[in-house]
Amino acid sequence: MIDKIFFILSALTVISASMVIISRHPMRSVLYLVLTFFLISAHYVLMNAQFLALVNIVVYAGAIMVLFLFVIMFLNLNKEIEQHKGLVIWLAAIIAGGSFMLLTMAALSKTTLPQATDANYNIGLVENLGATLYKEYLLPMEISSVLFLIAMAGVVLLGRKEKIIVE
Amino acid sequence: MSAVMIKLIFIVVVFGVSLFVAMYSTYAERKIAAFLQDRLGPNRAGPFGILQPFADGIKLFFKEEFIPLKADRWLFLMGPGFFMITALMTSAVIPFGADFIHDGKTIALQATDINVGLLYIFGVVSLGVYGILIGGWASNNKFSLLGAIRAASQNISYELAMGMSIVALVMMTSTLSLREIVDQQAGWHWNVFYQPLGFLIFIICAFAETNRAPFDLPECETELVGGYHTEFSSMKLGFYLFAEYINMFISSAVLATLFFGGYQFPWVSSMDPGLTKTILSVVVMFGKIFFFIFLFMWVRWTLPRFRYDQLMNLGWKILIPLAVVNIVLTGAVILYKMM
Repeated sequence: MIDKIFFILSALTVISASMVIISRHPMRSVLYLVLTFFLISAHYVLMNAQFLALVNIVVYAGAIMVLFLFVIMFLNLNKEIEQHKGLVIWLAAIIAGGSFMLLTMAALSKTTLPQATDANYNIGLVENLGATLYKEYLLPMEISSVLFLIAMAGVVLLGRKEKIIVE
Repeated sequence: MSAVMIKLIFIVVVFGVSLFVAMYSTYAERKIAAFLQDRLGPNRAGPFGILQPFADGIKLFFKEEFIPLKADRWLFLMGPGFFMITALMTSAVIPFGADFIHDGKTIALQATDINVGLLYIFGVVSLGVYGILIGGWASNNKFSLLGAIRAASQNISYELAMGMSIVALVMMTSTLSLREIVDQQAGWHWNVFYQPLGFLIFIICAFAETNRAPFDLPECETELVGGYHTEFSSMKLGFYLFAEYINMFISSAVLATLFFGGYQFPWVSSMDPGLTKTILSVVVMFGKIFFFIFLFMWVRWTLPRFRYDQLMNLGWKILIPLAVVNIVLTGAVILYKMM
């Protein structure tokens, strides 16, 4: 049962992720990206990590994608901004993409992926995640939060308007 | 009856109740507005105008369905639907009453008790803005676009303060499950007495997130014609207006659950679990919900709308620092109690 759900979900995720780059319209791309985040959250739920699933939705679908949409709405999308691509560019793209695919397939056929058999399915629950983060990984956790704080201070500094001094 | 069937029936009942309460909220809003402005309000359809919501609904269904020529057709149709879905999704984790024990089986009056219920509500609320954004952008109208942009920036700004006011509450309750939060508030241990500042921040943000006055800038008719729903007509407009009332109902339920003891009433622990207790707890819960719905309307017809820069200043320069202060205070009190 869970296997079936997993495969259906994975197929949907891959399709919607491909639609992000296939669809011509930036607005549709963003909406497909939101759908992809939802499907990834569904994968988290399948792994019994409800906390991660919801944080993924709150942070990515709820905040970052709204900002994406916010920016795209300011663009003037009525104009035809599609650049004319020559035959050489098409050929180059096909060769580059094809060789990358060949490389990946060759590499994947030689490797055996490790399989998690007795994984801990309770690690994604809030209590366990919190205990792990704040007991075992306290220092990295605190350092990354300081990094976020620095980034925030930087944004405030950059976003502030220069004061015009009237002489 | 199997457990799945009971859950299914319960979900359908909650769905119906949400729609019914939202329907009569439109009537209540007009009556309260009339009362506050010394008018009579709707009184033609049925006794005291009690059938007015039905008349409004029928009218909206028979209005002309109009899609602007240059609109993005699919997204234009999706916008109201998306807004409605996100409005209805939140009620899944709200406990509406005490457990009902019948024939040794316990029936919980809650669709699902996930252990991250609080985050679920927060997540769905943050998705609510998509309906407005998509609909407003797809209309291909300057006023709609401005309304949608206002909605997006307002939503993002107030979400932060709302999240931080919840952090202080979670520090105190040390759980994210709504049922456990309600159970902890038995007797008079309502969270509002321990987190008054958090409650104040949360209720202001709830007003902003539901786009209610004084935060209804996305549909500000004096500047933007109708805001994000300028181009919508017929039941698509109805969905936007209706979903706002559902949001109001759910916000009231969340406020009652988090800060006002949910379905708990003072002598709840001395009563035997049974039909009387369940019914009484549901009545108490809905009493609290209706009080908050009334508060939403009272504020709307009392306060004027904010200016846009005032809105942003309130969100970023007052509410967020206050929320941080609240978190530090809560942490200090918890540490003091532990020592």
